[in-house]
Amino acid sequence: MSYLEYTVKRVPTGLSKVLYLNWALVLLVTAVASVGFLMLYSVAGGRLDVWAEPQMKRFAVGLVVMFAVGLTPVWFWRSLSGLGYLVSLILLVAVDLFGVASMGAQRWLDLGFMRLQPSELAKIALIMALAAYYDWLPPERISRPLWVLVPVVLVVVPALLVLKQPDLGTALLLVLGGGAVMFAAGVHWGYFAAVIASGAGLVGAVLSSRGTDWQLLKDYQYRRIDVFLDPSSDPLGAGYNITQAKIALGSGGWTGKGFMQGTQTRLNFLPEKHTDFIFTTLAEEFGFIGAASLLALYLLIVLFCLASAMRNRDRYGALLTYGLSANFFLYFAVNMAMVMGLAPVVGVPLPLVSYGGSAMLVLMLGFGLVQSAHVHRPR
Amino acid sequence: MTEGAIAGRMTRRGVILGAFQLGTGVVLALRLRQLQVEQADQFRLLAEENRINIRLIPPRRGLIVDRHGALLAGNEQNYRIAIVREEAGDVRAVLNRLAKIIDLAPAEIDEVVKDLERRSAFVPVTVAERVSWQDFSAVAVNAPTLPGIQTEVGTSRIYPWAEDTAHVVGYVGPVSDYDLERLDDPDPVLQIPRFQIGKVGVEARLEQLLRGKAGSRRIEVNAVGRVIREIDRIEGTPGSDVQLTLDAALQDFVQARLGEESAAAVVIDVRNGDILASASSPSFDPNKFVRGISVADYKALLEHDHRPLSNKAVQGAYPPGSTLKPVVAAAALEAGVIDPSETVYCPGFVEVAGRRFHCWRRGGHGHVDIRKSLQQSCDVFYYEMAQRLGIERIARMARRFGLGEGFDLPMSAVSEGLVPDKDWKRRKYGKDWLVGDTLNAAIGQGFVLTTPLQLAVMTARLASGRALIPRLVKSVDGVEVPHPPAPPIGVSASILDRVRDGMNAVSNTRRGTAFSSRIVAEGMEMAGKTGTSQVRNITKAERARGVFRNEDLPWERRDHGLFIAFAPREAPRFAVAVVVEHGGGGSTAAAPIARDIMLRTLYGDVPPLEAYPESQRGRIGAMLKELRLRTPPGPHGKRTRA
Repeated sequence: MSYLEYTVKRVPTGLSKVLYLNWALVLLVTAVASVGFLMLYSVAGGRLDVWAEPQMKRFAVGLVVMFAVGLTPVWFWRSLSGLGYLVSLILLVAVDLFGVASMGAQRWLDLGFMRLQPSELAKIALIMALAAYYDWLPPERISRPLWVLVPVVLVVVPALLVLKQPDLGTALLLVLGGGAVMFAAGVHWGYFAAVIASGAGLVGAVLSSRGTDWQLLKDYQYRRIDVFLDPSSDPLGAGYNITQAKIALGSGGWTGKGFMQGTQTRLNFLPEKHTDFIFTTLAEEFGFIGAASLLALYLLIVLFCLASAMRNRDRYGALLTYGLSANFFLYFAVNMAMVMGLAPVVGVPLPLVSYGGSAMLVLMLGFGLVQSAHVHRPR
Repeated sequence: MTEGAIAGRMTRRGVILGAFQLGTGVVLALRLRQLQVEQADQFRLLAEENRINIRLIPPRRGLIVDRHGALLAGNEQNYRIAIVREEAGDVRAVLNRLAKIIDLAPAEIDEVVKDLERRSAFVPVTVAERVSWQDFSAVAVNAPTLPGIQTEVGTSRIYPWAEDTAHVVGYVGPVSDYDLERLDDPDPVLQIPRFQIGKVGVEARLEQLLRGKAGSRRIEVNAVGRVIREIDRIEGTPGSDVQLTLDAALQDFVQARLGEESAAAVVIDVRNGDILASASSPSFDPNKFVRGISVADYKALLEHDHRPLSNKAVQGAYPPGSTLKPVVAAAALEAGVIDPSETVYCPGFVEVAGRRFHCWRRGGHGHVDIRKSLQQSCDVFYYEMAQRLGIERIARMARRFGLGEGFDLPMSAVSEGLVPDKDWKRRKYGKDWLVGDTLNAAIGQGFVLTTPLQLAVMTARLASGRALIPRLVKSVDGVEVPHPPAPPIGVSASILDRVRDGMNAVSNTRRGTAFSSRIVAEGMEMAGKTGTSQVRNITKAERARGVFRNEDLPWERRDHGLFIAFAPREAPRFAVAVVVEHGGGGSTAAAPIARDIMLRTLYGDVPPLEAYPESQRGRIGAMLKELRLRTPPGPHGKRTRA
């Protein structure tokens, strides 16, 4: 069923829409963001102005964006899907040409008032494009090879552009996020099995290409893999981050060392403590209880999104919500797995908590889309 | 496919996605539990280790003072200038500015810059050490224009008496790998960079007392090792202050009097065995070792044929020559092999076992009794005594006087000397003792070896009749080192009186071998014994031609000159032993030195000329004025700053 067939009058209009927003989701998002403010205050050594305050301002802007996007009809966003995808591709190319290099990778576009990370935008644009594609595609064609190839291309093009930056983490998240939409849309099991199998083959190829002429990854990426497999092999070098992160986490214990009492954080043993590794500070200072609570909050956000998607008979809205929730899930799951030593360090921030402007805005934009799909779902 | 079926499939897929996500969430939670609950203790430990660093506070090294409290080894403030890279900014510019204030060569600047590049940005690197107070304050005043320059005050060891006490007190130096291996000392303080420990002498032997216990402070450091704050601090205990029995001013006089001779002298208090002076010349400046001696200076010390680095007073073992005769005389009297009035005829030589043993006087001494044998040092008399006594009785008596004994004194390589006997020769050479060996031993030649310290102890025992033990450490931290009165030596007073009478004759009678080195001051007269020990064999041919005079021989083949003495002769207070290596005869080389030292000890100051025989006063007055004596520094190292 497509939105044109909806009985539009059953969809809330005007200011009454506000009542139909997914308020539980708003509260959960705000709660997680607040945890972020607290932790940024702590890692700055009890200073608001360093990270916490700018982060709050961005969140405030983000909330406005979320409400604005959420109250805009979902079919408007659907109509923008193709254009959005094209714009994100152009931005990815632009970042390659004019981008600002930072930490050895070219990921940022300086827009004057803010630095935009187009790869973040690309994740949302890809999910919108795929949702729109499957909304348009007659259901019986979903699993036909040619019609599977189209979304695969849609996924692979931005992924390759991101990989070129190079940003392996985001590229993987793009692929997984796109895959989630395709999976939810109902593409046949076999394709996923084949992709997983060839993915395993690719990993094999990547590992065996090391040191040869056709080496597929950069040396530092191989080192990260090495260190991930055995952090103790280089405790003061590449393994330092993981080792120190695990020490911070582990030394937190059940209840943690107390707010602002994390020695690992305060004494700078932790790397990138306000960005990718902020979860370790939380775990060190609030212990298992604090860390598990944040994990629960994240899972609740995902579950609320899933619940919203399942009740949504509009295919675009449902797929969009599935995709965005999967995207959000991938963010925190990969980040947590990374700091806990379950995944290689790939540079994925903790959503809504890690310090960072463009990630925050893009996330809130995503939640705005989820709200829009939620508010404007057919009833 | 119906709409419903499609929607149903989508919901199913959604459930699967949700299940997968929840499952992942559970895995993450389990991992979290594993790290934070099960392995928490282990990680907590690691976090503490990360955070806390223990820094040692070096203890203040104990002072070494003389019997009157004059500082022999102290701790000097060491003004240091260091630079911190991260605060300096343009290091080279700052150093160039610094070079306008203090003396800093371009090469030194390069060295510092290189050093800075190797270390973390916040680690201070030493630019200059032992800066003068003027330079130091100039740098401090100019601090605003010298970003990153730090002025620090540390301590380093100083020996105000320099050469005078070098051999006894020794010196300190940085801990070497060799020290760490040798000492088997787990004291962590040794790991402090630039920490100094005793290398030689009292500094080395009393290291444990002087060092003290290191304090420690636990500090919190961050990931790059920067100190964040001090958690707590345990103060160490400073090293014990050690008071020696030495009299620094006397020691200075003795050292100056020995001059550049290769010689040693020891002064002992006859009443209690206190070592008042123990000098060995030539000496060296121990302060150079503390500061890091230059290769050239060190090489010069090593290659000097007078061996300035060795402490001849306790390490040098010399044949005692005739200074052994009082002991042999005592042995003969005690054994009853000679009567005090009995004489032995000396024709200038004696023939024993087919060999001819000569007296030092070719023409012989004629009829010789005990007194004359000492007074004129007749060898033939003692050849006779040797045959009557046998080596064992001579050796036993020698040991009772402290010869062949290694005294437990806190100096380096205190030698035992050697008192030979039949057993010893068999063990050492696998040969039987010959009667000729006994004859040689009786005049202090052959195998017998003694150190100047042992000779001084022997003299003190002769003078006091007590088995005095020499003492070097008077008190530790103000607590007197127990020193029980020495037991009697067990030789009867009448025998000792005979021997002392002979020694009195040596110094105070016209025919005495040391008559020219007599003391004429009333109540200060000394009794002594000369000794001349050969370091070469005199061949038959040479004896036929006429024995070479010492002046005609190269330095290293000349005889050692020895002299032992005690004074005042009626109530002995001090014993002195002097050995002048290759100085020639004891009466000419050693006795005059011994007399000056004895007088300096008796008077407690540069001796008055009235104590000398009138004819010698002019020459001696001039000599004493020439002596380069040190002005003693203020008490307890409170040296005034220039």
